[in-house]
Amino acid sequence: MSIEIVNINKQFGSFTALKDINLTIATGQLVALLGPSGSGKTTLLRIIAGLEAADQGSILFHGQDTAKQNVRQRQVGFVFQHYALFRHMTVFENVAFGLNVRPRHLRPSKSEIKEKVQTLLSLVKLEGLADRHPGQLSGGQRQRVALARALAVEPQVLLLDEPFGALDAKVRKELRRWLRQLHDELHVTSVFVTHDQEEALDVADQIVILNNGRIEQLGTPEEVYEQPGNPFVYDFLGNVNLFHGRIHQGRINIGSIELDAPGYDDTLNTRAVSFVRPYNIEVEREPKGQEFIPARILFIRAVGPTVHLELKREDSSDLVEVELSKARFQALALKSGELVFVRPKDLKIFIPDDYVI
Amino acid sequence: MRFTFLSLTKHSILPGFSLTMGFTMLYLGLLVLIPLSTIILKAAGIGWPQFWEIITAPRLIASYKLSFGASLLAATINAVFGLLVAWVLVRYSFPGRRIVDGLVDLPFALPTAVAGITLTTLYAPNGWLGQHLADLGIKAAYSPLGVVIALTFIGLPFVVRMVQPVLQTLDQEVEEAAASLGAGRWQTFTRVIFPALFPALLTGFALAFARALGEYGSVVFISGNMPMRTEITPLLIMTKLEQYDYAGASAIAAVMLIVSFVLLFLINLLQWWQGKRHG
Amino acid sequence: MAGNVALRQGTTTERPTTGAITELPLVRWLLTLAALGFLGLMLIVPVIAVFVKAFEQGSELYIKAITAPDALAAIQLTLLTVVIAVPLNTLFGLAAAWSIAKFEFRGRSFLITLIDLPFAVSPVIAGLIFVFLFGKPGVLWPWLSANDIKIIFAVPGIVLATVFVTFPFIARELIPLMRAQGTTEEEAALTLGASGWKTFWHITLPNIKWGLIYGVILTSARAVGEFGAVSVVSGHIRGETNTMPLHIEILYNEYQFVAAFAVASLMTLMAIITLIVKNISEWKVQQQSQESEEVTA
Repeated sequence: MSIEIVNINKQFGSFTALKDINLTIATGQLVALLGPSGSGKTTLLRIIAGLEAADQGSILFHGQDTAKQNVRQRQVGFVFQHYALFRHMTVFENVAFGLNVRPRHLRPSKSEIKEKVQTLLSLVKLEGLADRHPGQLSGGQRQRVALARALAVEPQVLLLDEPFGALDAKVRKELRRWLRQLHDELHVTSVFVTHDQEEALDVADQIVILNNGRIEQLGTPEEVYEQPGNPFVYDFLGNVNLFHGRIHQGRINIGSIELDAPGYDDTLNTRAVSFVRPYNIEVEREPKGQEFIPARILFIRAVGPTVHLELKREDSSDLVEVELSKARFQALALKSGELVFVRPKDLKIFIPDDYVI
Repeated sequence: MRFTFLSLTKHSILPGFSLTMGFTMLYLGLLVLIPLSTIILKAAGIGWPQFWEIITAPRLIASYKLSFGASLLAATINAVFGLLVAWVLVRYSFPGRRIVDGLVDLPFALPTAVAGITLTTLYAPNGWLGQHLADLGIKAAYSPLGVVIALTFIGLPFVVRMVQPVLQTLDQEVEEAAASLGAGRWQTFTRVIFPALFPALLTGFALAFARALGEYGSVVFISGNMPMRTEITPLLIMTKLEQYDYAGASAIAAVMLIVSFVLLFLINLLQWWQGKRHG
Repeated sequence: MAGNVALRQGTTTERPTTGAITELPLVRWLLTLAALGFLGLMLIVPVIAVFVKAFEQGSELYIKAITAPDALAAIQLTLLTVVIAVPLNTLFGLAAAWSIAKFEFRGRSFLITLIDLPFAVSPVIAGLIFVFLFGKPGVLWPWLSANDIKIIFAVPGIVLATVFVTFPFIARELIPLMRAQGTTEEEAALTLGASGWKTFWHITLPNIKWGLIYGVILTSARAVGEFGAVSVVSGHIRGETNTMPLHIEILYNEYQFVAAFAVASLMTLMAIITLIVKNISEWKVQQQSQESEEVTA
């Protein structure tokens, strides 16, 4: 079931939570709402669910305006950040809740409910725990109960609010892989909120990046990572180096070097910022060309397959972060304090006056 | 004494334990344990057959029925209305809410004699409220109903104050979850909210009940003290005392004490259970 | 804690009335009216009645009633009782709270239950136990009467009964408060070289100030208002062993309603002051715990 979000605006007092949000979520997609705290992502999720009301705009489920429907009627499965399990009920009773409160004529029989709950519990791999209380479960288990409970009512839409926020790193990784698999099996239109870009990039079909109540960019994980549309997105997703410089007629001047600036042939003497990923910086012991900047190694972290270097430029005192493969690092035999030469490649150039980060 | 306490305590660097504990035990011993034991001793000295005769006298049985029944009824009324009051105070806002909230403690701070004479005056056949009830043929003062009214008054704060904190810290998300799963408001209340409140409600009920059982000052004015009809058990202790029947007084007191201790034990159990659920 | 209505420590957060999880306006209205109606009937009407009845025959008679010799004697005796009982129980409350809240030991809950006992015991029995100890049927009677020491049917008995009935209040106020505040500040003071007394005076006492104030006011209110226990031990000797509540009883039984309510109005005023102090103390305690959260967060 598709979701259309049209012109949503929401204010809390003088604080603008959401401004002119327009978005379409196709049926069966798994979409991530990604952004820093205060970006409005949870507010948007709650508006879709009917837990909050927008000041302006509408939400359409499969073309139908949901304005007249309250949260009960929208058939959304909502998974809360802190699970919101019913503490005094067993796992079984929690999952069965949505089915038990249906009006008589819509309610399945006891045996049907039992079967459904047990199917769901095995789906979320919690078969033996039906009689436990939430207090006796681990965080990851509680999260899965919350999911099973939301799925029990066969929602048209599954909404998850920072579902893995309260769990530790390893459990988070496992659960998000598992969520992806579950989605592939069930094909329920799902929207989840997160501030963790790794999670979004890992799991989602589409990512919507929000900042200060506005959509910065939306696209597939590859699109937003490889072709960030503005400095905010570039900075928010992954590590990045900033090189300040000036553009003049297709060439950008950065500190002691000059590089090609394709697409800026007509620009005259304008300040610009270049974004470069740490793995797109070449390191040599001797300058192999005009485009190398001298820099001194401050710090080396050689744990794992990638080596991280922190360097200080000799021409401007800015810091540069570099990622090298272990093989390359060992070939160069680098040590802390040494002077080396770095060349930025694959620059993404932005003119600051066009954007405000 | 010093060594015994030190061996019982987990090692703490704060000073003054022996001094304060010693004083506390002394105070408790002199003020509570020794005096209370006199009842037990006196009652024990009566001899079983006579003891039994005293505590099963018809007048006493009638008083048990009244004290117990009226306390139970009053505590139930307080449970229902206390829950209502707590709900309204926590969930809704209206002008003067803070003042009303503060007023709930009045029965606890007000002297029982003041409550006694005021309630009697109000519910007497010619009182502000009693006259309207008389028109309906209902006798409030000088009847068991009057006793129930007085006991409801003094037990009022207990349920409200027990339920309020639980209601306040109830997770909003849990109610949202129930709504998102399709539960109506009443369903959410009966299936999700009320079970969470129940331990606190039960504890408040037990507290109100225990308080009502032993209550004297607020009740003796409005009850009318008619033998076999509107006498409460504490009054009968007084009556025995006035007749210098010390044995009789101690017997009744012993019975009341046993009931009190059982209730105290139950209440502590309830509070422990509530702590487990809530914390 | 049986029978005590202690200071509320949690923060009162305003609950947002989001449309998704609230009742229909009509339902809200009805429930609010029902609750207010109940409270109005049970609480406000009696309070108004006290003052209306007290001034029913004009303020001249009111003044006469509260300044009559017997009334003054009763007020005096009540005040005397309070002046003795409250400091004694404050001392106990502080000692008990210190030993119970700041230390761990087995039998803590049993001790707390012991302190709770007066709540569970009927006031009449509270008076009875002192009759059995110091009165005619008591073991000590021969010695007491030989030395012409009167406890029962005299002022000392009244004070004792009052002390018994009111001693738990301060302890039960301070124990949860001190427990919630923990021992870290006191331990810090000790490491800086302060003695036990200094630590208590400069660190602990300021922290529990508002809980203590409320406890003292509450103890005073309950001491002033105690009826059942005092009724047993006093002997009702007019002008000598009548406290204010007993005096009210006498006036009422003699159909001197206005005079009775006049004295009652004084006590009602004290109750209202107690409520105001409670609310201020609760607010201050909340403020305090919020500030300390911000500091230690």
